[in-house]
Amino acid sequence: MRKLFLPLTLLAAAMFSYAPFMIDGAPYESTMLLVQKIFYFHAPAGFIMLTSGIVCGVASVLFLWKKRPGADRVALAAGELTVLFGAIVLATGPLWARKAWGVWWNADVRLTMSLVGWLIAVGYLIVRRFGGPGSEKLAAGLAVFGTANVPFIYVSVNIWRTMHPQTTVVPSLVEGMRGPFWFCVLAFYVLYALLMTARIHLERQRALVNDLYLAQEDA
Amino acid sequence: MLRQLFARCAPVVFLLLAAAPLLAQEPQNEFVPLSEVPRTEQIPAAPFVFVAYAIVWLAVLFYVWTLWRRQGRVERELQDLQHKMGSRS
Repeated sequence: MRKLFLPLTLLAAAMFSYAPFMIDGAPYESTMLLVQKIFYFHAPAGFIMLTSGIVCGVASVLFLWKKRPGADRVALAAGELTVLFGAIVLATGPLWARKAWGVWWNADVRLTMSLVGWLIAVGYLIVRRFGGPGSEKLAAGLAVFGTANVPFIYVSVNIWRTMHPQTTVVPSLVEGMRGPFWFCVLAFYVLYALLMTARIHLERQRALVNDLYLAQEDA
Repeated sequence: MLRQLFARCAPVVFLLLAAAPLLAQEPQNEFVPLSEVPRTEQIPAAPFVFVAYAIVWLAVLFYVWTLWRRQGRVERELQDLQHKMGSRS
């Protein structure tokens, strides 16, 4: 995994350096004009938030079922990144909404469910940090609950009447918008892989430190 | 005294009240759409876009900084432990 670190860093740096030029070249949306350009970072960050929530839940199931410490480390890294990318989504969304809808926040299903999903991830980290011994199992249960929320966040805009654009917006993007959007999605996934690699490595080293402390006590 | 004052003021007050409907603004009976909104009435989009992209960068950089700090702390702890165990054996 450490071998991946340098190529991923270089790739992410190159992609994020080029992304502003692609976004600048994308056509303006007819009703929202310039503010719609927030979409090119807001939606990919949302993709990562949902993906990371699923990764955290699946890894937690594996940890509860197979009792693999490696799965727990993946779950913790994914939980942290769900909070990070969720915060990005929840901060950039209101900036877009203020201009497009005239309000910072609305009790819309997509917005509320995203906030609930993010709060579950925050709760997961709080349990991990302050729950004491054995808290990783309790947190894993919470992560599974959080994962169950992910599909509802995604389809909420198609089921209920909301102000938020529907999921059909992405497949119907015109050519000039499609390229920059999928480029940004790919760049965010590369960044996600990079941060996951670094975070899992940190957790593995922490486990090594704990093992050494135990060995020192036994000696 | 009061009576005299009332008698003098009453015609003036009456005249003002009678003229009030003439002075009042015409009530609005329809909304007329505007073809082009003046720039002063618009919320400028550029600061929102700028702040949104700045938030993304600052959040990611802040997270990378916390990772770097935690990594440094763990590596120092690991070196100390290895050094202690090495000196003991």
